[in-house]
Amino acid sequence: MNPPDWTDENAALIHVAPSPHINDASARTQKMMTDVILALLPVIILSIYLFKFYVVKQLFICIITCMGAEFLFVKMRGKTLTLKDCSAVVTGIILALSLPGSAPWFVGVLASVVAIGIGKIIFGGLGMNIFNPAMVGRAFVMIAFAQLMGAASYENVTGLVDAVSGATPLSALKFNGLSTGTASLFWGTTNGSLGETSTAACLLGGLFLVFRKTASWQIPAGILLSVALIAGITDIAGSHSGFALVHHLFGGALMFGAFFIATDPVTSPLTPRGKWIFGLGTGFLIMIIRLFSGYPEGVMFAVLMMNAVTPLINRWTTPQPMGEA
Amino acid sequence: MSLFKLKEFPGTGNFRHGIHPPDNKALSQGSKVEVMEVPESVTLPLLQHLGVPCKQVVKPGQTVRYGEMIGEGQAFVSASLHSPIAGKVKRVNVVTLPNGRHLPAITIQADGDQIPPQKLWDEMRSKNWPRDCISIYDPLTIVKIIHDSGIVGLGGAAFPTHVKVTPNDTRMIDTLMINGCECEPYLTCDYRLMKEAARAIVTGALLTGRAVSAREIVICVEDNKPDAVKKLKEATEQTVIKIAVLKTKYPQGSEKQLIKSVLGLEIPLGGLPSDVGVAMSNVGTMATVARGVIKEAPLTHRVISVSGRGIKTPKNLFVPIGISLGEVIKFCGGITRDAARIIAGGPMMGFSFSDLSAPVTKGTSGLTVLTHDEISQGEETPCIRCGRCVDACPMNLVPTRLALAARYNNPSIASQYHIHACFECGCCSYVCPAKINLVQLIRTGKTLVAAWASR
Repeated sequence: MNPPDWTDENAALIHVAPSPHINDASARTQKMMTDVILALLPVIILSIYLFKFYVVKQLFICIITCMGAEFLFVKMRGKTLTLKDCSAVVTGIILALSLPGSAPWFVGVLASVVAIGIGKIIFGGLGMNIFNPAMVGRAFVMIAFAQLMGAASYENVTGLVDAVSGATPLSALKFNGLSTGTASLFWGTTNGSLGETSTAACLLGGLFLVFRKTASWQIPAGILLSVALIAGITDIAGSHSGFALVHHLFGGALMFGAFFIATDPVTSPLTPRGKWIFGLGTGFLIMIIRLFSGYPEGVMFAVLMMNAVTPLINRWTTPQPMGEA
Repeated sequence: MSLFKLKEFPGTGNFRHGIHPPDNKALSQGSKVEVMEVPESVTLPLLQHLGVPCKQVVKPGQTVRYGEMIGEGQAFVSASLHSPIAGKVKRVNVVTLPNGRHLPAITIQADGDQIPPQKLWDEMRSKNWPRDCISIYDPLTIVKIIHDSGIVGLGGAAFPTHVKVTPNDTRMIDTLMINGCECEPYLTCDYRLMKEAARAIVTGALLTGRAVSAREIVICVEDNKPDAVKKLKEATEQTVIKIAVLKTKYPQGSEKQLIKSVLGLEIPLGGLPSDVGVAMSNVGTMATVARGVIKEAPLTHRVISVSGRGIKTPKNLFVPIGISLGEVIKFCGGITRDAARIIAGGPMMGFSFSDLSAPVTKGTSGLTVLTHDEISQGEETPCIRCGRCVDACPMNLVPTRLALAARYNNPSIASQYHIHACFECGCCSYVCPAKINLVQLIRTGKTLVAAWASR
């Protein structure tokens, strides 16, 4: 703040403001967003190693389109641009990493426009949306371009190692009863959406986010617990020769979804208890969809459904103030 | 449910949530209390707390002695006012206190022989304060003396102390708790008082304990003040007074949180400590009670701390009530060039102000002068519902819900989420990554709800 011309050069410029007069300068929304981008680096790097140009292309398309869509829609609303909070970049990255590598350019573009426009801006911008924007975009293209996004499209890639261009582990398990080795599942040398294959990379990034308190720990814990429980029961009931637990925990988008998608603060509950309920519910729905529906993967729909009940969960888990009987 | 317990006490020594701001006490905690000379004049507001203003009993031009009553308490929740200097009553005018209230105040100009303030402070610091034979004082007499001496809580709210200690058959006091936590960053006045005048505090505690017929007397201190604890332990040897050393956390010194930490009890919403059998008082108040009963002197002076990186020389001072805040700042070398906010009180709940002619009142614990780098940083961005405010609120509320209900004119939601349980401690605003001043929104929300409830 510059002092006006008529003050003494040595005078201090005092102002008044309401309390509190100090805050935690290290806590910033933008920092939370850049934390997420940093945490996604192991996933992105491994993905580039596995999927080569496919992931670079999808990342580029989705990030640019998300930012462009936000610019366009915010301007149409006549509001100030907030691109520098990096939330559009984060949506773009997560969306790109949830697509199959072979998706044509228009899939990424349309998913991004829908993600930002319908998933976020139409609700009022950052903080106002009910559904996870990246998942809204992905759900739209999943249904609009079913062939280009379905199980077969994952096998439609050329120029990649066999392991990475065969059937995805979950669809192999569900449709053909074939299992994949635990090591491949854990390190990620399998086919799948661009960011989901490596449990190790997702865990690394995810634990970083939890440690920085950018992502709550209750949501991933709830998801992993309920998935492990249901997959464990499936194993005990004997339908998959004992591999169900490992496949469901390490395979598919579970790790990616648990740490990067479900933990989006805007669309998940506010209180620790609410976050547990959200996590457990998401895991439960993921397993229901994986086991009993036509889809081999359930993360996207499970998250969207739990987003829908988040306001209700918030109401149910309103904490009791200190001193209330 | 907790695995921990505080030795000798039912509580765990901790309360839920809260924050850990850097305490910045090093700036002033090493400075021994300095005595300011008698000022040219003092301005004494007729109301320095909650309740009813006292009635002026002196006229302009009248000569007053040190300690003479110049204002008489009018109702139960009211406190008398006494002159801290010998002089002449000049006028009654209106002053604006840092909290924004405009109040009538009596200005007295110093005239004639003064009691040297150093003598008053030396008396406070002496080792001669009695610890036994407190029982020669009758409880009701102690209460009357507290009332007549104009004693109010020196912890900040300045609630008239006689109201807290008047025996009440429906609300018996079991435990007297003495608050030496001083959880606000920067402030060190209570710390220095405990270090330099522990005996006076102990005498006051014993007297107050007798007045309320408390079964137990506990002095509560945070663990970032180990040498104060040591001095208190020496001073309380062979007395019944216990000392509870608590985890340093803001707001540990808030009465609801302190009672929960030490006794494990929760004051019902809208209730008072006496509802759970507790009377709580600040260490400074206790020293003043001792002075009132043993030396028969009214409340005329107090210790304040002046700190922050915006003041040239942070100090702890023994000052008369009514001295101007500007004079105090001058005594500390003035403010620095990069000073940005002058705050009466601490940085979490204090009031920033610009009128330096405002006086030190009975509840002024000190001044915190913050520079541009020290004050709240960052422009407001949208709430992303991260829940950090929920994790910080010591009352277990949902600050984001309350603040946004206030902003979007929704008094019924604000009321449903217990907006009145908020005591504006500032923890939520402190942690918010979106830099929303949740406390300020909640304040406007309370007015909104009050208007809605009375329509």
